[in-house]
Amino acid sequence: MGTVKFTDEHEWIRLEGDIATVGITDYAQNQLGDVVYVELPKPGQKVEKGTQAAVVESVKAASEVFAPVTGEVVEANQALVDEPATVNADPMGRGWFMKLRLADKSQLDGLMDEAGYKKFVEGLH
Amino acid sequence: MTQSESLKRTPLFDLHRELGAKIVPFAGYEMPVQYPAGIIAEHLHTRGAAGLFDVSHMGQIRIEADEFDDAAKALERLVPGDIRGLQPGRMRYTQFTNPAGGILDDLMAARLGEQLLLVVNASRKEADAAHLRAQLTGHARIEELPERALIAMQGPAAAAVIARFDPRSDAMGFMSIAELSIDGVPCIASRSGYTGEDGFEISMLAEEAEKIARLLLAQPEVKPIGLGARDSLRLEAGLCLYGHDIDETTTPVEAGLTWSIGKRRRTGGDFLGAPLILEQMAQGPLRKRVGILPEGRAPARENTDIIDAKGGLIGKVTSGGFGPTVGGPICMGYVDRINSGEGTELALLVRGTPRPARVTPMPFVPHRYKRS
Repeated sequence: MGTVKFTDEHEWIRLEGDIATVGITDYAQNQLGDVVYVELPKPGQKVEKGTQAAVVESVKAASEVFAPVTGEVVEANQALVDEPATVNADPMGRGWFMKLRLADKSQLDGLMDEAGYKKFVEGLH
Repeated sequence: MTQSESLKRTPLFDLHRELGAKIVPFAGYEMPVQYPAGIIAEHLHTRGAAGLFDVSHMGQIRIEADEFDDAAKALERLVPGDIRGLQPGRMRYTQFTNPAGGILDDLMAARLGEQLLLVVNASRKEADAAHLRAQLTGHARIEELPERALIAMQGPAAAAVIARFDPRSDAMGFMSIAELSIDGVPCIASRSGYTGEDGFEISMLAEEAEKIARLLLAQPEVKPIGLGARDSLRLEAGLCLYGHDIDETTTPVEAGLTWSIGKRRRTGGDFLGAPLILEQMAQGPLRKRVGILPEGRAPARENTDIIDAKGGLIGKVTSGGFGPTVGGPICMGYVDRINSGEGTELALLVRGTPRPARVTPMPFVPHRYKRS
């Protein structure tokens, strides 16, 4: 298990070597409700930190998933396209969205750790 | 003042909280958008058994007159529906129209004995009451009924549930209204709804609503259903949502609601907006509300551009999302009449990408209303 970091857009990033796996948090999936559609970037695509990298839609609404860091997509979780509800069932595990090859690991420095994110979410209520 | 302080609550608010609802602002009320089961489960439960909906935010209005026909005559100036032709115990769907033929609101008008009862949208109830006050002529007066709550029971098991409390409900046909007694509480129930399923909408005094809701929720077939599933259910049923699929810029003819314009009303021309509406009926409207079935799984939301095969803009989606019973995306919107034929191929511009779709008859899921 690598380090897991969190963004204030409710994404998580798990770093293993220079590969970062990205998904949305349990709080995010709970806020969205039943996920019915996921749109993912293609392998090879470059994504910029803070820009739209994927789309996740619930029954009610569409939301953007922003790239939490700059990098190149090495893999997208195609299983989500067929089973979008996996995002609800296992957001931090099988519900991952994409793996990125990081351009600059220092971009992770400003992100929250698990305890920090937990506090952040509690502050939203 | 915070938002929640300015928002109103229905008599069932505490019950929603107790049931774990996610509460959102809607039409000036704090309303349950979903319960812990989630929108898809609630939607499917309603189609499979019975769902209880709090619709107490909707406006209930009585039009008073010495005789029903006086009240009906007065209302008919404002709606294209045949109100005078309502037999006791019957109801109709109609619209308040403006002088330009646009829709100010859509509503149910019911005749209970000599009373004329209306149910209007929550977001429009103040405007509707003001419109009625300004426009009603003769001896008709309007009385708003804020002291009443409204609970909908919808789904294939709804009839059995309600009959358990008052077997007289069994004899009620689709679009009928009657007085029932539920556990000793006098109720006014109509066999109607907003899901495409059989069911009832039950009005009672606000102070009795929680007791009735708890009693109904204690029935094994019944679960509470939030506004999220109410919206996906009505979308699958092809029913309009005011402020989205119909508004002051759309006419009943464009909206495909010509069926609700009374036969007698089509020749009289004696309602607001009649000249334009009757002309559209004769000539055909320039645009029409249609059902659209996207290919693939990407939902197309409200305001999505609809384009033709050449890429030209032909309309916009007015309601769109995921249909849990359909198992995929569905939407409705307005397109030019020439593109409104069943099977017409078009595309939806979702995040800049044209996605193929086709015009599809509505409802997306067959209605299962009570047959009399």
